[in-house]
Amino acid sequence: MFQVRIHGRGGQGVVSAAEMLSVAAFEEGKHAQAVPSFGSERMGAPVVAYVRIDDKEIELREPVLEPDLLIVQDPTLFSAIDVFAGLREDGYLLVNTAKTMDELGIGEVVKKLPAGNVAAVPATDLAMRHLKRPTPNTVLLGAFTAMSDIVQIDSVFKAIERKFPGKVGDMNIAAAQAAYDTARAD
Amino acid sequence: MLKQVEGSHAVAEAVALCRPEVISAYPITPQTHIVEDLGTMVKAGGIENCQFMLVESEFGALSACIGSSAAGARSYTATSSQGMLFMMEAVYNASGMGLPIVMTVGNRAIGAPINIWNDWGDSMSARDSGWLQLFAETNQEAVDVHIQAFKLAEELSMPVMVCMDGFILTHAYERVDIPDQVQVDEFLPPFQPRQVLDPIAPLSMGAMVGPEAFTEVRYLAHHKQQLALNLISKQAAEFEAVFGRAAGGLIKSFEAEGAETVVVTMGSVIGTMKEVLAGMREDGIAIGALTIRSFRPFPGDALRAALKDAKRVIVFEKSVAVGMGGILAMNLRTALQDLPIRVHSVIGGLGGRPVTRANLRRMFDKGIQDQLEEPHFHDINMDVVEREIEREQADRRSGAVAENILTDVGVVAAAKAI
Repeated sequence: MFQVRIHGRGGQGVVSAAEMLSVAAFEEGKHAQAVPSFGSERMGAPVVAYVRIDDKEIELREPVLEPDLLIVQDPTLFSAIDVFAGLREDGYLLVNTAKTMDELGIGEVVKKLPAGNVAAVPATDLAMRHLKRPTPNTVLLGAFTAMSDIVQIDSVFKAIERKFPGKVGDMNIAAAQAAYDTARAD
Repeated sequence: MLKQVEGSHAVAEAVALCRPEVISAYPITPQTHIVEDLGTMVKAGGIENCQFMLVESEFGALSACIGSSAAGARSYTATSSQGMLFMMEAVYNASGMGLPIVMTVGNRAIGAPINIWNDWGDSMSARDSGWLQLFAETNQEAVDVHIQAFKLAEELSMPVMVCMDGFILTHAYERVDIPDQVQVDEFLPPFQPRQVLDPIAPLSMGAMVGPEAFTEVRYLAHHKQQLALNLISKQAAEFEAVFGRAAGGLIKSFEAEGAETVVVTMGSVIGTMKEVLAGMREDGIAIGALTIRSFRPFPGDALRAALKDAKRVIVFEKSVAVGMGGILAMNLRTALQDLPIRVHSVIGGLGGRPVTRANLRRMFDKGIQDQLEEPHFHDINMDVVEREIEREQADRRSGAVAENILTDVGVVAAAKAI
């Protein structure tokens, strides 16, 4: 079972990201579970979403305590909550930032993870360019598919199309593709 | 057809397949997506011969359903938590009158303190009302049990609430097999009311009943629930024959046969428990679980039969009767009273407190040693509790309990995430 925890704030598409990742896995014939965890139900409040992907039915319903992948859509959360709790030592970390990990103050944590499992993606900037909106979620999903084989980029595209039909979907696919290409190049 | 959808959406699709004629509901977290999705479907013309009545409140919603059901229309609503309380007069009205309304309850704690997360407080508040109460363990089950619920309600002429854990199920995206219309039509015939308001054959419904007849009316409602015990099993079998999978029924065993210790619970928590119990069995501990699918009617006979060889039962419930103890535990103890079984009452998951494999294992390990207090509040932080008790003993003006606890736990709403 592959477990994902996505951190962000209300309005950044954390829950949609989890949904789309689960749909992408479903498109590949896998079982997937995506569940949100809200604090206050308002824009700007911390939001966490959990995703589990497996080849068999997923029966576990606890929060994801030991993620294999941590996606951080908002780096201001590092000082607010323990984002890294339980991250597995061979886990992946994807952070939405134009800064370096050291500049974010998390350089020490990142050193313990395998090289190639960590990426800083300026997802908000990419989103502004392709979507004209600062919603980093599809960008981050695109970047992740370049880092591992858990889901393929085409499945992510299908999930995006399902969620955002038409022009909005196309723009999100372009943004995800751009992030994928950038991550691949790194 | 297999789909990866949110639980709420799966329920909306299931309800739509049941050909409801009137849907009247008011949104409340965590059921909102169900009624929004149904509203969207109705507006798009996706549900034939169905009217969505907008109302000002939950009380309005269920009252509208009472009217439409009385007029012979298959009627549906949904609520949670405070919404259940707001419609409580109508809840008792619907069952008192024997109207086969189906209602989804997205299980959520009742305030104060205000809490949007999952526990069974809302359903429990209506447990004496005469409504049938069916609990779903997965979103697949939620789909399947809603379809069974309409048939059950109409056969009995009694309303049915389908209970599903809020957020854990309602907001979980998972793989669900949505049946097709042909299958649902084969299983669920058109609504044939026992009583109907019709200007051509006028009658009155909801008459005042005095001391001379009230007992008999109440008895017959209780009798209907006894009939339901057989009907639920019978219709679950019919469901399996048509749809090719088992769902619903009164209870389900998870390796409980012959187990010395049996955990009894309801709803989605069984999913997390299964792995823990399998691990304990690997460690040589004879433990299994039973889930109760029908809470009302309470399947006493089925439970007695299933638990006759158990030495010990650990009841895990997301509910508490303040001043008395565990509600499910009390119900079970009554059903098992003539059997030599030790019943432990564990109250957990209140207000959405996460139930994890780790905290379950710790609790089960104590349970098999019969070392759980009565009742045992699962995962409780007694340091914080004791601090508040000391505060109250030291100072008359000790402040609001909830706010004091939040401060002590170190949680400020904006900072809590996991």
